[in-house]
Amino acid sequence: MNFRGTTPTMSAGIDLENVCCDFGTFRAVDNATVSIKPGEFFSFLGPSGCGKTTILRMVSGFIEPTEGAIRIGGKDVKGTRPNQRPTALIFQNLALFPLMPIWENIAFGLEVRGIDKATRRKKAEDLLKLVDLPGAADKMVSQLSGGQKQRVAIARALAVEPSVMLLDEPLSALDLKLRQHMRAELRAIQKRTGVTFIYITHDQGEALAMSDRVGVMSQGRIQQIAAPRDIYDNPVNGFVASFVGENNIFEGDVGPASGGIAALTGPHGAFRARVLPDAAGKALKLYVRPEHTVLTRAKAAENSVQMEVTEVAFEGAFISVHGQAAGGKRLSAEVKNDGVTPVPQVGETVFASFDAARALLLPDANVRG
Amino acid sequence: MPDWLTPEEWQALSLSLKVSFWATVVSLPPGVAVAQALARGRFPGHGLLNGLVHLPLILPPVVTGYLLLLTFGRQGWLGSALWDWFGFTFAFRWTGAALAAAVMAFPLLVRAIRLALEAVDPKLEQAAATLGASRVVVFLTVTLPLILPGVIAGAVLAFAKAMGEFGATITFVANIPGETQTLPTAIYAFLQLPGGDAAALRLVAISVALAMGALVVSELLSRRVAARIAGK
Ligand SMILES: Nc1ncnc2c1ncn2[C@@H]1O[C@H](COP(=O)(O)OP(=O)(O)OP(=O)(O)O)[C@@H](O)[C@H]1O
Ligand SMILES: [Mg+2]
Repeated sequence: MNFRGTTPTMSAGIDLENVCCDFGTFRAVDNATVSIKPGEFFSFLGPSGCGKTTILRMVSGFIEPTEGAIRIGGKDVKGTRPNQRPTALIFQNLALFPLMPIWENIAFGLEVRGIDKATRRKKAEDLLKLVDLPGAADKMVSQLSGGQKQRVAIARALAVEPSVMLLDEPLSALDLKLRQHMRAELRAIQKRTGVTFIYITHDQGEALAMSDRVGVMSQGRIQQIAAPRDIYDNPVNGFVASFVGENNIFEGDVGPASGGIAALTGPHGAFRARVLPDAAGKALKLYVRPEHTVLTRAKAAENSVQMEVTEVAFEGAFISVHGQAAGGKRLSAEVKNDGVTPVPQVGETVFASFDAARALLLPDANVRG
Repeated sequence: MPDWLTPEEWQALSLSLKVSFWATVVSLPPGVAVAQALARGRFPGHGLLNGLVHLPLILPPVVTGYLLLLTFGRQGWLGSALWDWFGFTFAFRWTGAALAAAVMAFPLLVRAIRLALEAVDPKLEQAAATLGASRVVVFLTVTLPLILPGVIAGAVLAFAKAMGEFGATITFVANIPGETQTLPTAIYAFLQLPGGDAAALRLVAISVALAMGALVVSELLSRRVAARIAGK
């Protein structure tokens, strides 16, 4: 099979340069700039309505940006119709053609290109093997399960050998188990084919687990573009920190930084935490993750808050402990279920403490003011 | 020719079938195009087109017939041009009866096709487009198969409506046996004649049977469109 799965060559990079998209007076995408590398698995992550689908629709050519430029493989695609772009879009509801058997669904793009039936059939069967669904060629769409339909949609998109695959929340209709399985599957297919994937999701676990890089969005703006690990460990603002995980948040006045560390003084005491150089002058809050918050009987040397334990939830690998500090402030910590670390009881008074290197002073989201 | 119909009655029936057949067949392509424009298009004049298409449904048929006469009659602005340039006329010809029937049936045709189109998920068409299909190919390979039962249902309805068209036809092309006398105008003519009741009644029975048949067929087909689109 002359399929790129074996020779990853033709995947293309995508550049968005100051891309804006207005619907009437509403700006759905605001000044998006990102450079996605050939063969990269890139995710856009953000809450509902933040403009993710709009970005995909612009890349695939269904809408034109109001401002800015989109380049695919270095070529400006302004004015190029969807059927002439080297992109294949996989919709959230998959949009399989109900009147065609599976193999014809997969071979649709080949038929459009005038490829003969025997070749189409052969390629459809090869692709069905690639997506681990051999023997489904002659079934009808309605005879497949959600996960199987998912694979058919992927095979159908791969059949036209796109340089870029655009996936709009393709797993959101599946149940948890299948979703996790398909995550790995999608990732494997992407690696096998070497095609650039742009993946859209509002599920941070999905984005972090699958992607080479993630672009976190809020209200039409890209907040941060980084590798999953960086997004989680070094969020650039409070929105990103909160969207990709849990946090204990403290407010207060921030003093001058020295050596990348600044002090925050507020109603719960004085804390020290990391601060980014460009944060100067902005209103900052302190963010620290529950898994970086440790519970002790005695007050620690620094960054330590007294709290009363209100809830202890067993999560399996760890135990989630929630408590209340002065003024009703809610805090949480994760205690490893290693049989060594003591687990406090409800009603007990403990100290929640964290390392200054693990805490961040962050501004709120980058939104229109 | 069945012997339970007189030659005159048979003539009216076969002319009606011919007129309605051509009225339906010729309106199908523009009907699909207009339905597509109304269902999917966003353009200035959308409302105007919608109104225009539905106008024959609410205007008195005699008004529609008269407007056709003004436009396509020998003296009509379009009619005289057609006559001068091509030597072709609708006036007092069966083609005129077909035109009147087509205009009157057009709203029903468009409505049925439009409903079927609106039930098609635009994502299917968009998916086909990203797979490389041009608009025409998308329509022919994805949209049309899905709406086909709706198109057929619309055509059946339009055919039935054309079979029953009276007011516009008689105003536009009169009631000439063998040329423009269709079933309804023939019934009307028989009723004017003393002793024409029996003939009128036979034609009435045929009309009723045809109309009922069309309704049943149309209903069955529109159920199928729903089932097909749901992927059953
Ligand atoms: N055609 C349109 N006309 C007007 N507003 C639109 C249109 N399409 C999208 N919007 C608006 O633009 C914003 C972004 O929409 P978009 O579909 O990109 O969100 P999303 O991030 O994909 O959300 P979700 O996760 O819910 O799919 C929304 O507020 C939406 O209401
Ligand atoms: Mg969306």
